[in-house]
Amino acid sequence: MKSTFYSALFAAVVTLILTCLMLGVNLKTEGIALTVSMASEGTWSMIIGAVLAVFLFQLFREKLADMINLPSLPSADHFIPEGKKGEKLKQLAISFVIAGMIIWPFFASRGAVDLATLTLIYIMLGLGLNIVVGLAGLLDLGYVAFYAVGAYTYALLSLYYDVSFWVALPICGALAALFGFLLGFPVLRLRGDYLAIVTLGFGEIIRILLNNWTEVTGGPNGISRIPKPDLFGLEFSRRASEGATTFHDFMGISYNSSHKVIFLYLLAVLLVIVTIYVINRLTRMPIGRAWEALREDDIACRSLGLNPTVIKLTAFTMGASFAGFAGCFFASRQGFISPESFVFIESAIILAIVVLGGMGSQLGVILAAIVLTVLPELAREFQEYRMLMFGLLMVFMMAWRPQGLVPMKRPHLELKTNE
Amino acid sequence: MSKALLEVSGLCMRFGGLLAVNNVSLSVHEKEIVSVIGPNGAGKTTVFNCISGFYAPTQGTILFDGEEVQGMKGHKISRKGMVRTFQHVRLFKEMTVIENLLVAQHRQLNTNLLAGFFKTPSYRRAEREAMERAAYWLKKVNLLEFANREAGNLAYGQQRRLEIARCMVTQPRLLMLDEPAAGLNPNETKELDELICYLRDEHDVSVLLIEHDMSLVMGISDSIVVINQGTPLASGTPAEIRDNPDVIKAYLGEA
Repeated sequence: MKSTFYSALFAAVVTLILTCLMLGVNLKTEGIALTVSMASEGTWSMIIGAVLAVFLFQLFREKLADMINLPSLPSADHFIPEGKKGEKLKQLAISFVIAGMIIWPFFASRGAVDLATLTLIYIMLGLGLNIVVGLAGLLDLGYVAFYAVGAYTYALLSLYYDVSFWVALPICGALAALFGFLLGFPVLRLRGDYLAIVTLGFGEIIRILLNNWTEVTGGPNGISRIPKPDLFGLEFSRRASEGATTFHDFMGISYNSSHKVIFLYLLAVLLVIVTIYVINRLTRMPIGRAWEALREDDIACRSLGLNPTVIKLTAFTMGASFAGFAGCFFASRQGFISPESFVFIESAIILAIVVLGGMGSQLGVILAAIVLTVLPELAREFQEYRMLMFGLLMVFMMAWRPQGLVPMKRPHLELKTNE
Repeated sequence: MSKALLEVSGLCMRFGGLLAVNNVSLSVHEKEIVSVIGPNGAGKTTVFNCISGFYAPTQGTILFDGEEVQGMKGHKISRKGMVRTFQHVRLFKEMTVIENLLVAQHRQLNTNLLAGFFKTPSYRRAEREAMERAAYWLKKVNLLEFANREAGNLAYGQQRRLEIARCMVTQPRLLMLDEPAAGLNPNETKELDELICYLRDEHDVSVLLIEHDMSLVMGISDSIVVINQGTPLASGTPAEIRDNPDVIKAYLGEA
């Protein structure tokens, strides 16, 4: 009874504050000045009436509810994020975010959507590298190599064999995974600094190979006119190529180049959602736990019958495959790729995303990817000081929050005991 | 006497010019507790490392359940049912207590990726059984309330107990404990003593133990092997070892 009184009082106070602000006082412009004037007495008596009504209703709500069969109010513990309740709330929040991401590009500027697409690519890369570095604890400085493998796979397949984006996508992932697997072998015995150096070398080998194998890859000139992805055979160009239909013809609307940008953005959203889902599930599966165990203590792993070789190789393979998907998408979005896009600094940025976000934490990696791609754009007015600020930010982040933006949270597992 | 579960004979381990282990033999029978004792640096842990596959011994044979396992890789040996702990606690520190126990059951779980993605009934069943087994052992070592705590945040004694629980969820036949009582207070040592006996009596595991705490060793061992400077010095029942003049000499110096 006491608690209903307090909640009724609280509701009344909230009503009072809200109505006072919205109805009780009026702002008027007189000349150039703004003056505040009180509302008429009639309004005030209405406000007081409303407050009283709210108070009384809240006070006797339970009784009223019994009388006329109102559904009773949810009790406070429904909102405490714990166990399944928290899970529901989380699902709701996630669906809102996804809905927001899907609706947003139709209202945003073309540049913003383009930037968002780039951010999404980095999110994918960050999440992929997070498997290798954050979960399995294997420092990989050549991650961009797998990204390059994915991008060049699609570019070359479309150039020589006219393979469409959707067919190439799984091939790119698989080929990058294969490269990850191949890299995994020589570095099995290495760890820490040595591993970092070998992966760094691997990244450079791939880039230099692409740069010098001119007959196939076009060398420094890169590959241009890589086709954009289509939507079930509908193209997003002004004029359809032979035997194809364009999106705007099919829908009966006039051509607008922003359709393509939005489509690419939505495609990136889809890829990122799939990535997040897959990795999220992996971390809750035995293999995900084994990755983390390997990071924590590989000797203990061995003593418990886990084969470190297999675990390392799966981490490299899985991590690389996501870079392959991202690379494929990147190539089709840019329409042009050259070895310039896959230099070491890219690896460093992706690694910075993982470390800045918080090793192993998906949410952290997503936030860090947003920060690291959007911030340099926002800071354009500082011109050449931009990269300096970027570096400073990283230094301060690491000094103050070495665990990252959003440190990884351990999953809470419910135990059922037979008692 | 039942047949020997672990039979080590003529074990030698050489690191360059150093003969760390010289011709050590020991055997552990089913449901038996065997202790390896000796002064610091005697080579006890090296013997352990050879048996558990972390080192490939230079010479000698190791038979586990009648099968030669010397030189086999550590993870393969542990899959045969021979699981060890370490002198220093080696938990997965940043993972929760329950996750530590789930990782240990990797082999029993359904590790098929597709099964995991689609949560097939067999995958769910394996996960549920793993959780139940983990809960069972957490209760046994009094860590149930810490199930979702990070392992690194537990007190030292609790970490030691968790390490034993982590071995036990793999359902081993031979448990090898490397100085399990190191750093424990007398009370905790007594609990450990009871736990080891319980494991042998109720879960049919044999135990091979390295320990410095003589009261623990003398109290629970069925037989004791003494190693000094890599060479076996004596072996026998606790009473025999206690009265052996060579052992007393090695431990206390020349009289």
